[in-house]
Amino acid sequence: MAKVFIYPATSLILTDMVTRFGHTPLSSAVAIRERIQTAGLESVPLQITPEEPKKGLRWAAVEVPSGVRGRMALYGPMIEECEAAIIINDADMAFGCMGCARTNELIKFLIRQKEIPILDLTYPKDETEGVTFVAAIKRFLSELEVKQ
Amino acid sequence: MTPPVRIAQLSCGPDYSGVQQEINEAAAAVNGEIFFPDVALKDITRDFASFGLDVRSPDLKLAISRAKALVDGRVDADAVFIATCFRCAEAAIVRNELRRYIHEHSKLPVVSYSFTERTTAGTLLTRMEALTTIARRRALLARETQQGITLGLDSGSATTKAVVMKDNRIIGTGWQPTTEVMKSADEVITHALKEAGIKREEIQAVGTTGYGRFLVGKTIHADLIQEELTVNSKGAVYLADRQHGPATVIDIGGMDNKAISVMDGIPGTFTMGGICAVASGRFLEMTAKRLGVEITELGPLAMKGIGRRVPMNSYCIVFGTQSLVNALATGSTREDVAAAACHSVAEQVFEQQLQEVDIKEPVIMVGGTSLIEGLVFAMGELLKVKIVVPPYSQYIGAVGSALLASGFIKDD
Repeated sequence: MAKVFIYPATSLILTDMVTRFGHTPLSSAVAIRERIQTAGLESVPLQITPEEPKKGLRWAAVEVPSGVRGRMALYGPMIEECEAAIIINDADMAFGCMGCARTNELIKFLIRQKEIPILDLTYPKDETEGVTFVAAIKRFLSELEVKQ
Repeated sequence: MTPPVRIAQLSCGPDYSGVQQEINEAAAAVNGEIFFPDVALKDITRDFASFGLDVRSPDLKLAISRAKALVDGRVDADAVFIATCFRCAEAAIVRNELRRYIHEHSKLPVVSYSFTERTTAGTLLTRMEALTTIARRRALLARETQQGITLGLDSGSATTKAVVMKDNRIIGTGWQPTTEVMKSADEVITHALKEAGIKREEIQAVGTTGYGRFLVGKTIHADLIQEELTVNSKGAVYLADRQHGPATVIDIGGMDNKAISVMDGIPGTFTMGGICAVASGRFLEMTAKRLGVEITELGPLAMKGIGRRVPMNSYCIVFGTQSLVNALATGSTREDVAAAACHSVAEQVFEQQLQEVDIKEPVIMVGGTSLIEGLVFAMGELLKVKIVVPPYSQYIGAVGSALLASGFIKDD
């Protein structure tokens, strides 16, 4: 069993797949809803305080916007803890979405720097690609299990 | 109880910066209510594509969609607050374009702000107050003439000013540096009343503005206690006799600066603040002190100098002063240094704030610094317009308060 960081961290589908294969998903518990009535697409239900952007200084310098550092206070420890990762690029918003492009770039970079098994995929555009997409994730998670 | 003013928030990053609560508190303090325009995921893709600004951050796409929902009338609001992270280039572009888009396509008052995790409700209060005032008090702000006998008081961070007005004329003034807020207020009021030949009990209505407005307003039982953004806009177009059509009001204050885009005397968009004191009147005070002249002499001195001979463009008042000292130590003339200081302040305001409002003529400079002709000249050069400095420009907040306060005179 491995700790798997998923990107976008808000993807419920990926979280579910990782769990089904017996691994521990490292993700955000925020679901992207059909209608957006919060400040951002993946606004956290818990109260983030001005302390979080300061904690985020561990991953991003002070000249980096506070929103990036606040997010890194949440996701940075997960990235450090993970033993494997799945990255889905250009995902549909409904699949999972993280509001800040700069944070997204930093998160993906930090994951790719780690010497861990990483599945780096592009979100499927049609059904055929979708089948291949799901199969690739299943294979990655199965092999991960074997390795563990 | 008056229903709260509904302020639509278009933003990226305030929740993860830990400042959403501060924004909510600032709005609630002036009976405003922050809400997030409800849009569907499918709307975001459609609105973003039609807007045509190809940004990457999904929350900025959400902000664009929400702006379109407001302009298209799919969501009702009384005012708009646009906020993004400080130092984010992508967000700065969106913030600026959305502000312009909403201003041009709707009548909603807009304020934009870039926050850090250090932003507090106190920092946002005046901006929120101005937003709610514009939304709630349009009838009051439509007033174009002063009636009866009214007193206006501006308790500013650097100076306290008072004027007495009667039948649309200024008949008494008082001015002095702010020390103890109430003591300064009492003294300038006494001076203005004496000059006007009016007794305190003859005053029919009182208005206060500026940093000390709440304390002074409550103590002297003011009929109107109002932030300086709307009051100064009103005072500026009134004194400059430009009450109709567009105008831009620039007020470089002792502690912060205001740049306000006005239509028919009512602010449409505005910015307030500045990165550092080097962009404020405080730096000019320090310059005057270092040059050994009164602040009133700095302007004429600057007009005799050539600013570009002295390098001075720091964002920080400490480094700005260092440039000043270095220039004098290496033989620069006092005139050139005075001109460079004026140019530096004008340039900082131009770079930091005037990009966030639409500059439309007439450009009216007000506040105590508008009397420093070197500064007015430097600003005119940068904007390539002839700046209007109305009479009594240093009393702008007090005049605006006295003008608006006359709306509170009871018929009997």
